[in-house]
Amino acid sequence: MSELAWIEAALTAARPRVVSALLRYFRDLDTAEEAFQDASLRALGTWPVNGPPRDPTGWLILVGRNRGIDVRRRQARQAPLPEEDHLSNLDDAEAPLAERLDQADYRDDVLRLLFICCHPELPANQQIALALRIVSGLGVARIARAFLVSEAAMEQRITRAKARVAAAAVPFETPGAPERAERLGAVAAILYLIFNEGYSAGAAEPERAGLCDEAIRLARLLLRLFPAEPEIMGLAALFLLQRARAAARFDAAGEVVLLEAQDRRLWNPQMIAEGLALIDKAMRHRRAGAYQVQAAIAALHARAARPEETDWAQIEQLYAALERLQPSPVITLNRAVAVLQLHGPAAALAMIEPLAPRLSGYFHYFGVKGALLRKLGRTEEARTAFGQAIALAGSAAEAAHIRQHLDQLTQESPPSRQGERTG
Amino acid sequence: MLYAILCYDSEDVVSAWSKEEDAAVMAKLAVVHQKLAAAGRLGPVARLLPTTAATTVRKGREALVLDGPFAETKEQLLGFYIVDCADLDQAIETAQELSRASSTSGAYELRPIGYFVPGSAPG
Repeated sequence: MSELAWIEAALTAARPRVVSALLRYFRDLDTAEEAFQDASLRALGTWPVNGPPRDPTGWLILVGRNRGIDVRRRQARQAPLPEEDHLSNLDDAEAPLAERLDQADYRDDVLRLLFICCHPELPANQQIALALRIVSGLGVARIARAFLVSEAAMEQRITRAKARVAAAAVPFETPGAPERAERLGAVAAILYLIFNEGYSAGAAEPERAGLCDEAIRLARLLLRLFPAEPEIMGLAALFLLQRARAAARFDAAGEVVLLEAQDRRLWNPQMIAEGLALIDKAMRHRRAGAYQVQAAIAALHARAARPEETDWAQIEQLYAALERLQPSPVITLNRAVAVLQLHGPAAALAMIEPLAPRLSGYFHYFGVKGALLRKLGRTEEARTAFGQAIALAGSAAEAAHIRQHLDQLTQESPPSRQGERTG
Repeated sequence: MLYAILCYDSEDVVSAWSKEEDAAVMAKLAVVHQKLAAAGRLGPVARLLPTTAATTVRKGREALVLDGPFAETKEQLLGFYIVDCADLDQAIETAQELSRASSTSGAYELRPIGYFVPGSAPG
């Protein structure tokens, strides 16, 4: 790794903690971000000459704070000078400052910064964009590419989101235990959104898929700040176990490869090992949560060396548990896939038929329904369901996948005239 | 004399390496490993999973199990084991068993291993 690349990696790694500490000092996002930029520029100038500081985060907070105060002073000449004028002498001040900033400070600061991005008035796509811009420090152009919008549109989206959260006034006092738990829940949800955004990327969208890695990085950061929270362990485990399959999820033509057809040798063993270790840790707490259950399901898939070795009975039980924790027709639909493996297509179909009114606009519902009907030999109805799925497909890859089913169906039994009319 | 060489670095930075950067470092290390192995000098090599996967067992009359890595500075690293465990529970059990050998107040940090070469240096 070149020196410049090392410094960039260190700046990226330090950013959430530094920006969030600066936000506590200045209580203003723009000032905090600019102060971080200034400190980063100084790091690029100083670190190659003097060598990297022992505590890059502490160094950046100190320098950023110094610069921010300078800027404030220039902006408001009337304002009294800050008391801590010792900031000019970095070497003396670095050590005590780093000592004062222990994990507990970082913990609430980083949580606050992420929590600000989760403002309930912001639509989810603005929350994600804001978190990626402010917390992760991704450039506007990079975020715009990930969301397939123009840079100008993304710039506007972020500016608007910032103006909204600035007006929202998140309290800066140290949060109590209930507030902390509530914030952590909201922050976990936004990381989940970021991950899903990346996970839904097609084979030809590596920039968007990279959001998965960013979500993993932020989840690891949260986990280091909150090492005893089983749901955060579950969240990180879930991300790692899903991301581990990245290389096997698309074929050479960019088509989706379903889990049972994936070449499991392409799965990333390091990520799986880390995910399994985390879910192991989480389970010891005996405090079930939705992320842990989802991670446990992913873990059962990861543990099966071949699809036939998958423990469907446990997966079905876990989906049932997830239904209780978080009732949703989509979860029932997933449970039906496990029921198919255990009890056959008729039982699975009986489970999903009542979901029709709630999932009438959901692509996967019709995909699963079509597959079940096809297994039951109800060809015409299967054709209808696949047709509905194609109409609801969110991407070309999804539609192409269903079309494969339809083609196979046509080879098995050519459509009757009646079928053509209803399809 | 056998030496343990313990590797310390910034986890944030190392985990930010791309797959290619990581592979490049591992390839350079492999060259050193091969040289040492050819001379019969290489013992076990292990790359640990991130500290977020760590669990700490505090020694005491009742061993205390804590999430996260060992964080105290008043104790020093005195030794380590590499043990094959079915799961974390078994690893914790093993640490508790070891802890009964002395009544001092130390701790065991349990870290899953991501990459392992058994090595063959004479003991």
